[in-house]
Amino acid sequence: MSEGPLKSNLRAIRGRAYPRLIGSTREPSWFFFDVVLPLFTIAGYAYVYRFLEADAEFIGYVVLGGAMTAFWLNILWSMASQLYWEKEIGNLSLYLMAPTSRMAILAGMAVGGLVETTIQAAATVVVGVIAFDVIFSLGSPVTLIIVFAVTMIALYGMGMMFASLYLLLGREAYHLSSLMMEPIYFATGFYFPVRCLGFWAAAGASIIPVTLGLDAMRQLIFPAGADDAFLSVNTEIAVLCVLCVVFMVLARYALRYMEYLGKTTGRLTLRWQ
Amino acid sequence: MQHAVEIQSLTRVFRPKKKKEGKVVTALDSVDLRIDRGELFGVLGPNGAGKTTILKILSTLLLPTSGKAYVAGFDVAKDLLEVRKRINMVSGGEISGYGLLTVRENLWMFSQFYGLKSKEAHRRIDVLLDKFGLRDKDKEKVRTLSTGQRQKMNVIRGFVTNPEIIFLDEPTLGLDVNAARTVREFVVDWIREDRNRTVLLTTHYMMEADELCDRIAIIDDGKILACDTPDNLKKLVGMNSTLTLSVGGLNDISDFDSIPGIGNFSSTMDAGGNATTLRFILEDESSVSDIVSTVLGKGSKILSLQKTEPTLEDVFIKLVGRGLE
Repeated sequence: MSEGPLKSNLRAIRGRAYPRLIGSTREPSWFFFDVVLPLFTIAGYAYVYRFLEADAEFIGYVVLGGAMTAFWLNILWSMASQLYWEKEIGNLSLYLMAPTSRMAILAGMAVGGLVETTIQAAATVVVGVIAFDVIFSLGSPVTLIIVFAVTMIALYGMGMMFASLYLLLGREAYHLSSLMMEPIYFATGFYFPVRCLGFWAAAGASIIPVTLGLDAMRQLIFPAGADDAFLSVNTEIAVLCVLCVVFMVLARYALRYMEYLGKTTGRLTLRWQ
Repeated sequence: MQHAVEIQSLTRVFRPKKKKEGKVVTALDSVDLRIDRGELFGVLGPNGAGKTTILKILSTLLLPTSGKAYVAGFDVAKDLLEVRKRINMVSGGEISGYGLLTVRENLWMFSQFYGLKSKEAHRRIDVLLDKFGLRDKDKEKVRTLSTGQRQKMNVIRGFVTNPEIIFLDEPTLGLDVNAARTVREFVVDWIREDRNRTVLLTTHYMMEADELCDRIAIIDDGKILACDTPDNLKKLVGMNSTLTLSVGGLNDISDFDSIPGIGNFSSTMDAGGNATTLRFILEDESSVSDIVSTVLGKGSKILSLQKTEPTLEDVFIKLVGRGLE
């Protein structure tokens, strides 16, 4: 058996991350669906900005935003919906029965999804930059890495929380995912600076970690980004750190509640319930 | 010695989310059960009898409404981690795992949730793949497997963690004869290797329960109706075994009445007059050798011999008042 809970949980994370990591190599069609197709949306916004003779960095915003949508889609369809899917195929009861932390299983899903999606997003950025001659001016790579890291931890923490909530909602969860696509694309400013929405609307949208993460990344990557910023980079990092803690704690509670409810009602492991 | 499984007055009630949506279902009703270490214990009952509910509670997936259940001495409602370290479960018709992973990758993945080192996990996977004749499939994607191959993989998943106690919920459901036999033979060998291992098997296949189990509990409507060895359960029916012999060259049947342990005896001559059919109702199974000796002692030839015993189905019908299917 195991040497200790830490190693045991790390093995569980590695085990659950594996199907996602290996999945991309088994299904090469991801390049078309996850990189090529989103380029059409990016191209649409890029040509609008060109037609309007907007500043060059706006096209950079679109490419960056287009790449970041991959993470949001991954949260909705591969994190939030995943436990519901696992229940349907019979894996959930095996996960719940295993002598490991449930958070480790969710973390494995998150790590696998994050790595898989980062590759997709990077490919989108590379293709977008080449196609639209985007010029980056990166002043502080370390700060950019910190922003990306806290954004992803907060975002995937949110996804881990959603995973349990979606399970409680059952089949209706798919409608929720659909509901959270276009409105969130708009509210988080994937394709334009979120400051345009006004302070309170942008503040409300900041509950989605991508909002602040994107805003901070724009400031760090594009020299003129600071003029379109919602908050300063340091403030955004601080808020994102708070969101990391909040979502992780909420994810843990949601998971415990889901498991308790499942054990008392039988809804999670008995298909007729 | 500590029991592998101990269940005390276990009751499980399922209530509908809204009162109007359905009725309250009592899946288990004050069930008491003790299973010793080293036992291959069967729970036999029709669909909806409560078999799976027992397993879900013992595997910490469901809480009892009332009563207690212990696995390896640990309370399934409180000592979750200790219970989970010691158990595993395999269900019939399971479609767990990921279709794009290979057989080996799937098995390795599940082993990681039990903290197994990769090297050890692969060693065990190799041994089990060989035993189940799946070695040549280890690099095949799971979605390409047949139903039988997939179920063999599921069984391997359950055993790869080397649990102290394994719960097998209809493990041969839907399998062809050969695959089912492979699974049954493996289970028997596995428990014989180490008498500290315990198997709790639910099934509605009478033959499977009879062939495999040291003891069987018959359950219906959430209640245990009887619990004993297969032979003792059959005695509940009050039916004796029957021995039927076809004998050639038999002219004298006078001695058969006096053989001890025979409840009843009849003989009929076949149409051609070449063979005699003798039918004995056996009160004592050991009288078979006396009957055979007597026939041979008369210089006759035994052409065929058939012993018919009461089945678990007879037991079930007697206890429940209907068949299992």
